[in-house]
Amino acid sequence: MSEKTKKKNRDTSSNYIFNGKYEPLIYLVPFFLGLLVFTIYPIINVVIMSFKQGYRLSGAYNGIGLDNYITVLTNKYFRSSIKNTFIYVFTVVPIATILSVLIANLLNQKIKGIGIFHTAYFLPMVTSAIAVGISWRFMFNKRTGIINWLLGLIGIAPIDWLGAAGGNAPYNMLTVIIFGIWNMMPFTIILLLSGLQNIDPMYYIAAKVDGASSSTIFKRITVPLLAPTIFLTMIVNMISAFKVYNDVIPFWAGKAGALSTNLYTIVYWIKETFYSKLRLGQAAAASIILFLIILVFTLIQRLIQRKFNY
Amino acid sequence: MNRDLIKKIFVYLILIIGALIMVFPFYWMISRSLMTAEEYSTFPPIWIPKNIFNFSNFVEAFKAAPFATYFVNSLLVTSGSVLLTGFTTIIGAFAFSRLKFPGKEFIFALLVAFMMVPFEMLVITNYQTVTKLQWIDSLHVLVIPFMTSIFYTYILKGFFDSIPDSLYYSARIDGASNWKYLWRVMVPIAKPSLVTIMLLNAISSWNSFMWPQLVINSDRYRTVPFGLFAFMSDAGSDTHLQLAAATLCVLPMIILFLFARKYIVNGVARGGIKG
Repeated sequence: MSEKTKKKNRDTSSNYIFNGKYEPLIYLVPFFLGLLVFTIYPIINVVIMSFKQGYRLSGAYNGIGLDNYITVLTNKYFRSSIKNTFIYVFTVVPIATILSVLIANLLNQKIKGIGIFHTAYFLPMVTSAIAVGISWRFMFNKRTGIINWLLGLIGIAPIDWLGAAGGNAPYNMLTVIIFGIWNMMPFTIILLLSGLQNIDPMYYIAAKVDGASSSTIFKRITVPLLAPTIFLTMIVNMISAFKVYNDVIPFWAGKAGALSTNLYTIVYWIKETFYSKLRLGQAAAASIILFLIILVFTLIQRLIQRKFNY
Repeated sequence: MNRDLIKKIFVYLILIIGALIMVFPFYWMISRSLMTAEEYSTFPPIWIPKNIFNFSNFVEAFKAAPFATYFVNSLLVTSGSVLLTGFTTIIGAFAFSRLKFPGKEFIFALLVAFMMVPFEMLVITNYQTVTKLQWIDSLHVLVIPFMTSIFYTYILKGFFDSIPDSLYYSARIDGASNWKYLWRVMVPIAKPSLVTIMLLNAISSWNSFMWPQLVINSDRYRTVPFGLFAFMSDAGSDTHLQLAAATLCVLPMIILFLFARKYIVNGVARGGIKG
């Protein structure tokens, strides 16, 4: 038997194994194995868990009802976690978006050393928030940090970014917001830049022929054509910002702010409730509430994507 | 002409200031990790370390905590995750793109809907599951729960769908099985997409923090970001040692980014969702 026919025979025999009615199972079983255990089952389970009163790690519980939801919604710290998360989302996302629109527009021109600029602007996207956060923590230091030193140059008195005085920590939130904006910029710039590059250059050529100034071009062409991308980017960022957790961790060695309780975020509260306090039912209820918030924004995103054919 | 020049200068000025702000925390971290205790506590701050080859902080950090172990753990977890998730992504994307089975469209639509469920919502149950399986304190507990990614499968299926059917039929006529066709034809064509997916996966796996924080208790199985956090929380660990350790955590990703920037940026631009 020649080498070629031998090979052909082997192929036919493997065809026999792989081409039966059950062939898709060979692909689907390994694919669904992890998915069933670690995604699909938890989705169903968390809903059930949220209605089980006094649910514990062992699986024991006292009864079915809305108790967990009532406890969570009346919990002082959960309420403040919702407030903090909303403050974070609705400051970080708009500011990061405005700054990113500016930078993306400048990067979309003929620029020398574009590779260096891209590297600089996109770098924070790939690095651990915990690690860079440590650097930021020292930059925010009241006495030796670079930020207060720079502010001192323009005559601003040192700000106690990380500390607390008299049961108040007025600048803690601002610290996390500044860090959050810096963290969000790279991803946002990339999305906006790809949106800008999708605008047909004919629009710009036509406008230039008509003698439009660059500010008119920006207002009349760039902004309207980029609007769907801006909106979509904001929604995607909001969805991820609602899950803020890592951004709080580096500044107070894992505590939620200088007073340990002043900077709870929703995810931080969920993690502490199920992990440290072992109140699994309440944590489940809180994560359903988080999901419903995110769901609203996801549905808006889907709607926009469909409307603009992304 | 003159107005154009002023405009140009203005554009570069804003871009340079912005770029400096973006990279400054890295500069601060790396420069301070090379300084002596005396240098970094000077105020106003010193900009450049006197001896830029002063690696004593790194040596000390390695002595103070088992960073070598953390590093090896991170490497193992990241490469394990990239390979395993890469494999399930390829076979899943192929099955949904090319094979025929009942309920295919419906199942895929359902999976896409599941994408909006945040991992944070699944974490309670997954913690229970790995506790029952006695996977707490191991390396595979950091890999297996993430072995299938609907998002990456969704991206790759999109790419597979764009490969013309004629290629498939001619391969089948030549006697290639589906399995062979997938690995010999489709995977090589999809290489750019696959590289992007694997890079995004490597980044999120390397930087993963919350899950390791929940399921790892002993020092032996800590990964770099979590080991770094534990090191930072320990009372008495010094500023410059923390910065040396933080540098160690970000450096591999910085190097990866410098080499594969285009793949990563294109992937993010196309996917539109964070890793």
